[in-house]
Amino acid sequence: MSDTQTVPQAPAVPVLDTVEHAAATPDVDQPWAELGLKPDEYANIREIVGRRPTIAELAMYSVMWSEHCSYKSSKVHFSLWGENTTDEMREKLLVGIGENAGVVDIGDGWAVTFKVESHNHPSYVEPYQGAATGVGGIIRDIMSMGARPIAVMDPLRFGNLHHPDTQRVLPGVVAGVGGYGNCIGLPNIGGEVVFDDCYQGNPLVNALCVGAMRVEDIHLAKASGVGNKVILFGAKTGGDGIGGVSVLASETFDEGGPTKRPAVQVGDPFAEKVLIECCLDLYKAGVVDGIQDLGGAGLSCATSELASNGDGGMQVELDLVPLRDASLQPQEILMSESQERMMAVVEPKHLEQFLAITDRWDVEATVIGEVTDGDHLVITWHGEVIVDVPPRSVAHEGPTYNRPLARPAYLDELNASGTASLAKPETGDEIRSQLLTLIGSPNLCDKSWVTDQYDRYVLGNTALAQPDDAGVVRVDEETGRGVAVATDCNGRFAKLDPYAGAQLALAEAYRNVATAGAAPLAVTDCLNFGSPEDPGVMWQFREAIRGIAEGCKFLGIPVTGGNVSFYNQTGDVAIHPTPVIGVLGVMDDVSKRSGSGFRSEDAHVYLLGTTRDELDGSEWAHVIHKHLGGLPPQVDLAAEQALGRVLVEAAGAGVVEAAHDLSDGGLAIALAEACMRHGIGVTVDALDRVGVDADGNPLDAFTALFSESTARALVAVPAGRAAEFEAMLGDVPHARIGVTGGRDLEVPGVFSVSVAELKSAHEFTLPAVFGA
Amino acid sequence: MKIGVVTFPGSLDDRDAARAVRECGGEAVSLWHGDADLKGVDAVILPGGFSYGDYLRCGAIARFAPVMDALVPAAQGGLPVLGICNGFQVLTESHLLPGALIRNDHRKFNCVDQRLVVENATTAWTADFEAGQEITIVLKNGEGGFVADEHTLDTLEGEGRVVFRYVPDEQGRNPNGSYRHIAGITNERGNVVGLMPHPEHAVEEGFGPSLDGRGFFTSIIKQTLESAANA
Repeated sequence: MSDTQTVPQAPAVPVLDTVEHAAATPDVDQPWAELGLKPDEYANIREIVGRRPTIAELAMYSVMWSEHCSYKSSKVHFSLWGENTTDEMREKLLVGIGENAGVVDIGDGWAVTFKVESHNHPSYVEPYQGAATGVGGIIRDIMSMGARPIAVMDPLRFGNLHHPDTQRVLPGVVAGVGGYGNCIGLPNIGGEVVFDDCYQGNPLVNALCVGAMRVEDIHLAKASGVGNKVILFGAKTGGDGIGGVSVLASETFDEGGPTKRPAVQVGDPFAEKVLIECCLDLYKAGVVDGIQDLGGAGLSCATSELASNGDGGMQVELDLVPLRDASLQPQEILMSESQERMMAVVEPKHLEQFLAITDRWDVEATVIGEVTDGDHLVITWHGEVIVDVPPRSVAHEGPTYNRPLARPAYLDELNASGTASLAKPETGDEIRSQLLTLIGSPNLCDKSWVTDQYDRYVLGNTALAQPDDAGVVRVDEETGRGVAVATDCNGRFAKLDPYAGAQLALAEAYRNVATAGAAPLAVTDCLNFGSPEDPGVMWQFREAIRGIAEGCKFLGIPVTGGNVSFYNQTGDVAIHPTPVIGVLGVMDDVSKRSGSGFRSEDAHVYLLGTTRDELDGSEWAHVIHKHLGGLPPQVDLAAEQALGRVLVEAAGAGVVEAAHDLSDGGLAIALAEACMRHGIGVTVDALDRVGVDADGNPLDAFTALFSESTARALVAVPAGRAAEFEAMLGDVPHARIGVTGGRDLEVPGVFSVSVAELKSAHEFTLPAVFGA
Repeated sequence: MKIGVVTFPGSLDDRDAARAVRECGGEAVSLWHGDADLKGVDAVILPGGFSYGDYLRCGAIARFAPVMDALVPAAQGGLPVLGICNGFQVLTESHLLPGALIRNDHRKFNCVDQRLVVENATTAWTADFEAGQEITIVLKNGEGGFVADEHTLDTLEGEGRVVFRYVPDEQGRNPNGSYRHIAGITNERGNVVGLMPHPEHAVEEGFGPSLDGRGFFTSIIKQTLESAANA
């Protein structure tokens, strides 16, 4: 390990910095600043332990008190979650925020756990391993709840498609996501691939995992029961990822800084696949009392969190940890983020059976300590005490910052510069040409170059996957009960108004799940922002959390957990605020899900929802005019709810032949996508029924086609069931705008384009940049 | 009617293969890589996945698993064996089938709904198909390029042992660079079949591109029932 910037080196003499030695040498200079600690944080540590910390203690506090692990800048705002969670929302919530992942009750005795997390900074430094270990990490979070992981999704955001660095980062990230997920045998059922210049130096690699278990099989991360054994199992501990999570996730990438390569972890999906099966056997045998995965901050985190959540202390013999590199120093072992490791708390009477199961899977398992009746976490190295701390002070009582926040001054000007003055296409030919430009633009083009590198079929339960609106997987093979998951965020909307933008992300994910036919049930979020030390970014962050929390309260679905990623910023330039929202919904029978493509001729095509003149922040303004300004589309959560109810009811009744949500690019893009899915055209003979302007006149064709008003969906219904469908609509605004058939997308009197021409524009873009 | 499905560490589509057997009316029996015991099954499936991580050559370690000590002689004696994807790789590494599977020519993992032509409908696993029939099943792998020397390829074609070919795209390319578009082959006796695509992911309405995969499982179930009746 040569990265002396990130790893504290023991004092030259004596070799081992024990607690005793620390007490006797209070004035030794310690590298707290290099470890990212502030002067008052270091002083606080000295106060907690009542002396100077040992080098091993300093390592633990520094990683656990980093932004990534401690949420020190964000947690003062987390009270918004609790304040906006009603008893009704808690009813289906079996495990809430604060555990490795939230768990919800989906009925019939099934529980589902899901969570999205970021691995942004490691993926920029080393795209393949950064992305791979992001997938691996979130899977272990799901495993540690007692669940079998059943699917993954990856919301990805990159800089400009044509920037040379995007060609370094994207193929590596995609290969890493695929390499890990495919080899571990989890279907990748959705996510996002978004390009925007704001992510050039800070790509976002978020990873979501869903797991399922019987309600009684839920496990928690706690170490209780004096004398219970603490077992480390899985891969050996090596020098990879030392300080990775804390150092990488909590510093911006400034030019000229030291290279960070050695801090990125290396993944072994095979080891994790074996670990999954081994853990499931352990759970089934009932031999696990508490369990925790080793992720960010490695053993520092696992030992302190398990002990902190339990009712006693913990003693650990660190020299028993199996090592890949025998030269590692104790503080390095505590900080190592070697992947594919788990820690279990096991009653002595179950130890033999536990070890028999790990043996069967050839998983190395080592008893490294036990639960004590004290209240300290005590770690020894060859018999000498090198850590003696209250575990809560490490895991849960780190520093908290109420950082200054201020609405950015640029917002007034940005909000005032709307799209009204931009040149709009005036003829049908111009509309046609702009549609073809949009359908091949980086954010709207065909993503199969990416998604075909992911196995979407393994486990045999995938009912829907990308490019459909949500991923749908079966949980119960007998009844067909299952879940739908979608992730969304339009960062441009959040830039214009972070409160509304966050609610629009929530609304879109909610709508996508309902469009697939599932009743939305719960939310996870990955809050990607710039530097919390910038008051403007902190204001965006607060507004976004407030938007999500209040939106969730309105919709009656709880936030179950998630992740905050700050410092997505290079110099003064922060990314757009990007609160990625994942919504999970439940279906009694996934075979009734709605796909997004037209499947047969002569089906009636309905547009549900209200279309207004809303083009600010739209994909059209972004692609055609490179413009961002004005105000995002109106949020209407009541309309989303009403629309969602109709979509779920209609899918359940089997009257939906296809359903597709309207979002980026509006009606025109939704129609084009629905046509391209199975090569079936549509004639839109009632475009004038889409919506009206302020004067009550029908919207012009361009606005009707490209406006991004929310709470809308396209539904195709077999002609024979149209009346039945219309009877379900209640007060949801709707218009029958066309009929499926032929091989063209045709708007009589405006334009016509063949589905083949659309496909060729749609499919050209990514292979042209990345190769076939 | 028992069909064994082997689980190696790193097998991924083993539960899927077992489900497909059940969906088609058979009984699936789980076989463990560490036991040289076929539990009296009538046929065996080597499923897809990344056995032992496949960090060496795909299937190169699995061939040395204890279960293969029992399987290889049984297959040579006529026991029907189907190798799917990683299972096909294990069969070539075990020399139960000729040739080898190498990295896809475009160097990427590729998951698509793939059209195949059934060339040989007389094997233990394909009797329910018609020769020349086109089917669509899932293809998903990173190392699916079938290669062999010219003599072996000529022999396979000459003896009718090419069981499936990929339907090439408009440019005449197949999805992984396989020689002569070969997707699956059989041994001389026709009891051992290996292919890269995954029939087990095309057996249930709503969970895969088609129901075309059912033919593999109905073929073997029928054949086993018939041979039991004749015994």
